[in-house]
Amino acid sequence: MQIGVLKEQRADETRVAATPSTAAQLMKLGYDVIVEPGAGSRSSFEDEAYAEAGARIGDPFAADIVLAVNGPSADRLDRLRPGAAVVALFSPRFDPAVVEDLSSRQITALSMDAVPRISRAQSLDVLSSMANIAGYRAVIEAAHAFGRVFTGQVTAAGKVPPAKVLVVGAGVAGLAAIGTAGSLGAIVRATDPRPEVADQVRSLGGEYLPIDSAEAQVSATGYAKEMSDDYKSLEAALYAEQARDVDVVITTALIPGRPAPRILTAAMVASMKPGSVVVDMAAANGGNVEGSEAGRVVRTANGVTLIGYTDLAGRLPAQASQLYGTNVVNLLKLLTPERNGELTVDFDDVVIRSMTVVRDGQLTWPPPPVEVSAPSAAPAGNGARAAEEVPAPPTSSPGRRLGLAALAAVSFFLLAAAAPPAMLGHLTVFALAVVIGFYVIGQVHHALHTPLMSVTNAISGIIVVGALLQIGHDGAGGATVTVLSTIAVLLASINVFGGFAVTRRMLAMFTRS
Amino acid sequence: MNIETVAAAAYVVAALLFVLSLAGLSKHETSKAGNLAGVCGMTVALLATGLVAVDHGLDALDAGLLLGAVASGAVIGLGRARAVEMTGMPELIALLHSFVGAAAVLVGWNGYLHVEANGSSAELETLRDQGLLGIHSAEVFIGVFIGAVTFTGSITAFLKLSARIKSAPLVLPGKNALNVGALLAFAALTVWFVVEPRLWLLIAVTLVALALGVHLVASIGGGDMPVVVSMLNSYSGWAAAASGFLLGNDLLIITGALVGSSGAYLSYVMCKAMNRSFISVIAGGFGAVATTVGDSEAGEHTEVDAAAVADLLAEAESVIITPGYGMAVAQAQHGVAELTSRLRARGTAVRFGIHPVAGRLPGHMNVLLAEARIPYDIVLEMDEINDDFSDTDVVLVIGANDTVNPSAADDPASPIAGMPVLHVWNAKQVIVFKRSMASGYAGVQNPLFFTSNTSMLFGDAQERVADILGHLEREPGAPARRVRDAASRAPVGI
Repeated sequence: MQIGVLKEQRADETRVAATPSTAAQLMKLGYDVIVEPGAGSRSSFEDEAYAEAGARIGDPFAADIVLAVNGPSADRLDRLRPGAAVVALFSPRFDPAVVEDLSSRQITALSMDAVPRISRAQSLDVLSSMANIAGYRAVIEAAHAFGRVFTGQVTAAGKVPPAKVLVVGAGVAGLAAIGTAGSLGAIVRATDPRPEVADQVRSLGGEYLPIDSAEAQVSATGYAKEMSDDYKSLEAALYAEQARDVDVVITTALIPGRPAPRILTAAMVASMKPGSVVVDMAAANGGNVEGSEAGRVVRTANGVTLIGYTDLAGRLPAQASQLYGTNVVNLLKLLTPERNGELTVDFDDVVIRSMTVVRDGQLTWPPPPVEVSAPSAAPAGNGARAAEEVPAPPTSSPGRRLGLAALAAVSFFLLAAAAPPAMLGHLTVFALAVVIGFYVIGQVHHALHTPLMSVTNAISGIIVVGALLQIGHDGAGGATVTVLSTIAVLLASINVFGGFAVTRRMLAMFTRS
Repeated sequence: MNIETVAAAAYVVAALLFVLSLAGLSKHETSKAGNLAGVCGMTVALLATGLVAVDHGLDALDAGLLLGAVASGAVIGLGRARAVEMTGMPELIALLHSFVGAAAVLVGWNGYLHVEANGSSAELETLRDQGLLGIHSAEVFIGVFIGAVTFTGSITAFLKLSARIKSAPLVLPGKNALNVGALLAFAALTVWFVVEPRLWLLIAVTLVALALGVHLVASIGGGDMPVVVSMLNSYSGWAAAASGFLLGNDLLIITGALVGSSGAYLSYVMCKAMNRSFISVIAGGFGAVATTVGDSEAGEHTEVDAAAVADLLAEAESVIITPGYGMAVAQAQHGVAELTSRLRARGTAVRFGIHPVAGRLPGHMNVLLAEARIPYDIVLEMDEINDDFSDTDVVLVIGANDTVNPSAADDPASPIAGMPVLHVWNAKQVIVFKRSMASGYAGVQNPLFFTSNTSMLFGDAQERVADILGHLEREPGAPARRVRDAASRAPVGI
């Protein structure tokens, strides 16, 4: 089958759906690749580079599969062959008109922005890969507009304090921004309604500002969700306080399927120091910042720069194209299980099912919801917690455990009460030894389980003591007793000597690096 | 101060040394001292017992027998300990358990022969006067019963582990009824024996217990062996404790209780690692249920060759190796160790993730890796490493299957659902070393093999590791890439 790579038509789009290196990977899957002339020129990938990689320069609409970054316009969709498949960012969640238009055509359409957030699909998640470089670029834009250096310095000409950067939302974009601002030398703070991201913020050198509310949030979908009023007022107080203090604010707050939440009000922006910069990464969805405009830079009366670029990822076109192209390659790997250049749209695969808007002219949007599996989609730390919750065996319920303990106590009491005094001493010793044994062994390092077993084995050879004392009894049957106990001594001695020796041998092998 | 009090004091000291010994074994740093404490405790106990025996008027023949038995036991034991392969450790430990069981049976029989069966013995008169004869009889029975179950159970486990008999679970009709019936028979015989101590009753209970031991272990499959071995460890302790009650010897009681509770705790750890109750493991039946569920969902797997794996490893910054019983079977641990040191020399971070029930013995993998001189501080347990897979470039799954099965975590219908597993699938690339596409011990298909970031490397693990080493050799020893954007690893979106 052939894959066609379209040249993007939008004036502000710099990316391309396949780079020479991803085109080569597509060919490894068994496809022929046709690139529209000039498709990669705005990402600095010239036609010659594609040709060198083995692709053909020509008419991409003749292909069976067509790749694009943005959804192609209606007139370009008209040029597709019937039965062709098209892969692009269609935003089916927000744009019902596009969905309707697609469903009127005899094609298959897969939307790269409808990837479910499960770990297996991470390698084709465009939203994550684009958010990552957009977060980086947001800091670069802010640094460009900010009239000072980010890093603190002590020079002969005096001391320069470091810039203070507040990142709102610690998703992929937020974390990338935290990392970038931190490596430029700024003091970075970050907020996020999900307290479990605090460790990730810290791992990138940022300071996590918690919002002290009982309403700690663990999202089932891996995205943030809308919060209650009480939480919002605490949050607003925190932002008002931070706005007066920091030099740069980068907002990345988005809730899927809703307008972006308002993070900074006009009053907060007005309270910022002159020369401060705000980058509103949610400007395309209505903006986190009052006064920001999508795609534009606004200067407020008090000298604060509000940056509302919506094409932050596209401002790093080569990288963005490479990542988008790799996401597409990973999608095609899923769609080409045989690696033979034949496309298979398998609806049993939840990833493919979720991304498919139209299949062979049949509308398949919206897909059934995908419950994000907690251990996979959630960040490290959260996974462990979820995994612990899954296997809750009924035996661990406190009531039942208490009942068992009570039962054991009562039966031991009855046994001890019925026992003759001579026995009672032994029972006491026995009970205490069981408890001691349990506590002593409860601390054992997992790697030492085998040596522990062999040493307890050697120790249980102590039964040799009992056998020894039975040797040499006189009277009827004395000879039999002596023979039997000699055998017992022999067996137990093997245990004692063998057990200790093999433990010694094993322990000698354990070395530290 | 006479011989008796000296011996009693020595026994207290020995018991404390045994506690110290087990406490010492909880950490690597103190483990050797712990073993030494155990040896000291045993020496003290044996010397004291020797003194008591001499005091009781041991004649020359008996003394000769005693020393001869200890000496030959020492020779056999030390010989076995020196000769055993680390992969054969489970067999050796099972065999040693059987000795304790057998010794407990013999001690119990001697108790009967010496007291109940011996009309003229002084002890019989004393016990009868104190009204303790019934208790003595019950103690004989309990000791013999536990000892015999331990004996044949361990022998069966030994035969299974050394592949002398099939490790598949034996499924007899009404097997639970058989087990419960044996216990009831034991209870009834005990009551009878207390009332009327007859030799044939003792013979009967010994036979019942021997049969129960065989049946208990025979009906448990090979993959549950870590639980079985630690369970038998526990039984051997209880057998020693029962003998202690019989002989009125506190040292035996203490030691037996220590060993018994240690085995019970290990069994508990193993059961938790399989998310199953102790009863369900003992009752077996896991394998029987699972075969009906097998290969319901298959898929396409990707195959790679050793050269490609070598390339991947050369590129990787962080590697985690998760070994299973298959590594032990293939004797691949030395090759793996060589691979580890080669990669570490290139600057690659290599660690090991060990599932608690990997192998056939608790801690089996750790011993094998230690034998191959892999430093223990890069060998981590499941809970320590499970969160790190998402930051890992390459995971090598060597001879493990059920312990890396994602359906345990995300498929509630799976027979192994809820069993904690190593989350290897979160890594960028997973390489599975496997002989064929056959399913694991639990008989459950493993969806890991069909995910897009998993590739299969078929063949004998030892040979494949050697192939990878060969290819790595030809690579220029360039250090791995060091710089990376930490943010690119973050999994959650805006």
